This record gives sequence, C-alpha cells and structure tokens, in this order.
Amino acid sequence: MNNLFVFCELDEGKPVDVSLELLTKGRSLANTLGCRLEAVVLGSGIEGIENELFPYGTDVVHVADDPELEHYRTMPYTSVIAGLFRQEQPQIALMGATTAGRDLGPRVSSALHSGLTADCTSLEIGDHYVKKTDTTYKNLLYQIRPAFGGNIIATIINPDHRPQMATVREGVMKKEIVNRNYRGELKRINVSEFIRPEDLAVEIIERHMEARRVDIKSAQIIVAGGYGMGSKENFDLLYELADVLGGEVAASRAAVDAGFAGHERQVGQTGVTVRPKLYIACGISGQIQHTAGMNQSGKIIAINNDSMAPINSIADYVINGDVSEVIPRLIKFYKANAR
Amino acid sequence: MKGIKIVVLAKQVPDTRNVGPDAMKADGTVNRAVLPAIFNPEDLNALEQALRIKDMYEGTTVTVLTMGPGRAAEIIREGLYRGADDGVLLTDRAFAGSDTLATSYALTLAVRKLAPDLVIGGRQAIDGDTAQVGPQVAEKLGWPQVTYAEEMHLDHGRMIVRRRLERGVETVSAPLPLVVTVNSTAPACRYRNARLVMKYKYARTDTELQVESTDYIAHARPFIRITEWGVDAVGADIEQLGLSGSPTKVKEIDNVILQSKEAKHLSASDKDIESLVKELLESHTIG
Repeated sequence: MNNLFVFCELDEGKPVDVSLELLTKGRSLANTLGCRLEAVVLGSGIEGIENELFPYGTDVVHVADDPELEHYRTMPYTSVIAGLFRQEQPQIALMGATTAGRDLGPRVSSALHSGLTADCTSLEIGDHYVKKTDTTYKNLLYQIRPAFGGNIIATIINPDHRPQMATVREGVMKKEIVNRNYRGELKRINVSEFIRPEDLAVEIIERHMEARRVDIKSAQIIVAGGYGMGSKENFDLLYELADVLGGEVAASRAAVDAGFAGHERQVGQTGVTVRPKLYIACGISGQIQHTAGMNQSGKIIAINNDSMAPINSIADYVINGDVSEVIPRLIKFYKANAR
Repeated sequence: MKGIKIVVLAKQVPDTRNVGPDAMKADGTVNRAVLPAIFNPEDLNALEQALRIKDMYEGTTVTVLTMGPGRAAEIIREGLYRGADDGVLLTDRAFAGSDTLATSYALTLAVRKLAPDLVIGGRQAIDGDTAQVGPQVAEKLGWPQVTYAEEMHLDHGRMIVRRRLERGVETVSAPLPLVVTVNSTAPACRYRNARLVMKYKYARTDTELQVESTDYIAHARPFIRITEWGVDAVGADIEQLGLSGSPTKVKEIDNVILQSKEAKHLSASDKDIESLVKELLESHTIG
C-alpha cells in the first residue's frame, strides 16, 4: 500500500519511452521514500509485457489485458486505473504527458479528487511546514514546472490528497535500466470488476497513425529556429545547415505557433526535451519555456541580433549577427574544414 | 435533425505569448496589469465549432460560460459579437485561488444548471497549459469526453469527431451528452459580425450596470443582459472552492533566473565563424 505508481503506456505493444523514463525516475523517488515502485499497463494481447518493465526496478506490474483496452479510450482506461488506485491507495502516481496521458490524468484526478500537476520538468521529495497549524508534512512530492507562459517556476504540492499526481513530457527524465535480471511480481487486473457498459459508449471509427518521421529527441546535433527567423521560407536555411551537419531541425513554440515548423519539432516545456551534443539556436530569444527543453545540451550556440536575449546567458557561443549571413558561412567553413 | 443546446467553456487569460520586459515586478511576481487580457485562443477554436453546429442545425443555441472576475464579461461580449446566443459569467470571491479541480467543480454545477447536450471548450488555456479542466468537468458530469478535436459533426444523434493525436488522427463516434475539447489545429474562429456588435455592445452584467450609468439602455433592451451567477446561484459548497477546495497548493514561486555561463562572443565575420567551426571540429562536437 501507499507505493509509487507509474502508468505505462503502450504503442503497438511496446512501452513508450516516457513511461520507461518515469519508471527510472520513480525508482529513485521510491528509494528515497522507502516504498515500492509499481507499474500499471493496459492493453490487449500483451502477455509478457512485465518483462520489459522489471529491468527498470519495477517491483510490481499490474496488467489489464482485454480486447476492449486495445487502443487508448478515456472511459475504460479511467475506470480501470481509478478503480485500481482506490484499492491500492498509491501515494504518488506518474504518467507521461502524451496525448493519452493528458486525457487520462485529469479524468482520474477528478474521479479520485486528487490534485494533478501537468508537464512537470522536475520531481523531488521534500517536506512542507504550515505555520498556521504548526504541522509538518513529511516526504511530499515537489512537482516543479514553469508556469505563466514560462515566466515563473512553480513548486506545487498536494499536502492532503492522494495520490499526488503529475504528468511529465517525453525526454525530460532519463531512461536507465537498473538491472536486466531484476524480477518483480506480476498482478493481473480483473478488468470486468472495473469497466461498466457505459464506459464503452465512445467508439473508435478510424485510426491513421504515422510512423514518427521526425525524431529530434535522438538527434546529436540540433539546429533550432525561433520567431526571429521571420518566415517558413527562412527555415530552409536551417534545414540546409542541419543536413550538412547531420542533424535535425527544431523550433521554439513561437515559431511553431506562427506556422514556421510542425509541432513535432517543438522543443520546450510543451514540446520535446532534448539533450544533443550541439544546439544551435537561431533567432530564439530563449524564454524559460523553451530553455527548459534544451538547457542540458552539450554545447549551445546562439545566433541573433539581440544582445539582451535570455538565450545568450546560457549559450557557450554567442554570435551577434544576422542568421541569414551566419548560417551560409557556417556551411561554407564546415565544408572547407571537415574531413 | 432538431437543434441542440451547446455550452462553450471559455476563459479570459493574460496574453502570456507576448510578455515584455516589464511583465515581471521587482519582487518576482507577475505584473498582470501590463498583460492584455484576451479570449483564450483555443476557446475561440471551440466557439467556432459550436457556431458551425448552430449554422447546420436550426434551433441550436450557443451559451458562453466563463468563470472569472467581473471583467471576464468582456469575453462573453466577444462571443456574442461572433454569434453566441447568450452568456453566463460565473463570478464570486469564493472562486478565487481555485486550482483546476475546484474550477471544474464550479463549472460543473453551472453546466448542470444550464443542462446542455454538448459542452465544448478549448484544449487548454495559455496561462496554465494544463489541459485539465475539460476532462475534469466531464468526469464530474459523468459524461464521456473527446479531446484534441479538430473537426466534428452530428450523425444520427451522435457526434463524429476527428481528433489530432501526437502521431496521427483518430475519428470517434460519441453519444450525447458529451464534453469535447478543441485543438488549435481546428479552424480559426470567424470574425465579429458588425450587426451583432451593434446589437450586443451594451450587453452588461448586473454588476457592470451598477457601476456604469447605461441602466436605461439595459432596461430598454432586456435581451442584452449577461447572466451572472455566484456561489449561491449554482448551489456550490464553499469548502470545495478556492484554496480550501484545491488539492494542489503552490509551495513556492521562483522568478526565472537563467544561470549565466561564460559565453564566447563572436561576430558574424568570416574570421570568427571559421575559428568557431574549427574549434567544434577539434572537440568532435561536429564532423
């Protein structure tokens, strides 16, 4: 009882990266708390899925295997997870801030009347003292996230309600196998105990999933553009540089909102978090909501005309100049000097 | 098919997308006064979906429901200018400090009172980016939800909704009553209609009328009143509102201070760029 739970999402029968990242984080939080790490997986025909989760230090894997759970649907998933949580009384529940996780999390939190913090960039364990009642809450989950368009960083706690729920974007936490031979316990969920007929009211008529074409997360070199690039056409320069260097093109939220690049390329709190060897920020001012997603890059080059741009303060190299002049020169000298 | 009753959930938000250097006060708190208050962008996408259903099915009504301070009546007028039929402002001191769960509790009570067939809201508001209120309202109503909608229509009494997911699209069929949240990839909202602006520019809440002296206009045209509901009107339990009704608490707020590194400052000259490229090649960062 009162353990740490991670909702593990599947994509074509495989756990998605963010779930494994959360198991890794969950393992270290559970160690601090001295509790067990438990995972909950829903799907159809997923025999043996537990073996993919145990190596991350998962002590218990709860599996709900039922044809009705083949694809994510709000109501049946909510009923199973909220029902399981009522029985198991977790102290913490984490889920990926995927389209499914952001649909499921608030529904479960509303059903259980527990607080939920979206898109956390950091999770820690700590105490909280309330002066008015002279009470100290021990070992709370600090849910840390940028707020207000990224202009402040807020630490959120849930002192009185359980589970303490948080969602985290893919790539924010690191994924790490604890021990390939780690064996936990498998528990099967009796799905019919939780799902009501009315949970199946919404039907999926059609699904078109595309293979993930753009993968900025695993790129070693990223050339990113911001609103300062000015237009979609100007992004062509970035593609050219990324092509020459063997990297990928990314964009800030402002650039994505302006239609310069697709959402799948967005770096930042509401996009993807990246840790490339080299991050070249072109025409990006560097609001915290963007830098939260790239400040762990190995080296950062900022190219812009604004000597006061916040991005400059986290950059290793600041090139003061026009992107349209600097990038062709980078390409030229790279071609001239690279072997 | 006969028309349906739609409630659009909308929020007035500070425009966090255009935050200038004076947006933060010296003590590190947000200076709301300098940020313009706007109709949350995705709630406008939601309003457009509601108006499209109204265009298609005669007898459909669209009510804009918002919770906020008195000045949030501005976005109800904005909704009326674009084609909504009426609006309800949920406002009370007791609502202040509500997190998403307490907010969804209050909105749920108001929705129950309005008894619509369909609730449509934006996916998320730009001041919090949580995307929680829509699903939380749906759960409290006990209704199904469809999130990330970008296109929807009625078919034999069910909503057919196309959803935008991270890796593709999914089309679902859902029964009414239903809560739908709309993505920014859905069509933009239509512009204000000049005739409707003329009709509704004096639409006021009772509270606004007390401070303004346009009373005579409101009396002359009773249909241009904006409904205002407080805690009592929706029968809310005060313990479930505001700070006491919010499971999540803000422990700490930090102003954003970026850690300074010793950066090398370069110009755009050939010499500087070439030496940079050589340095990156030598350190095997590139190449």
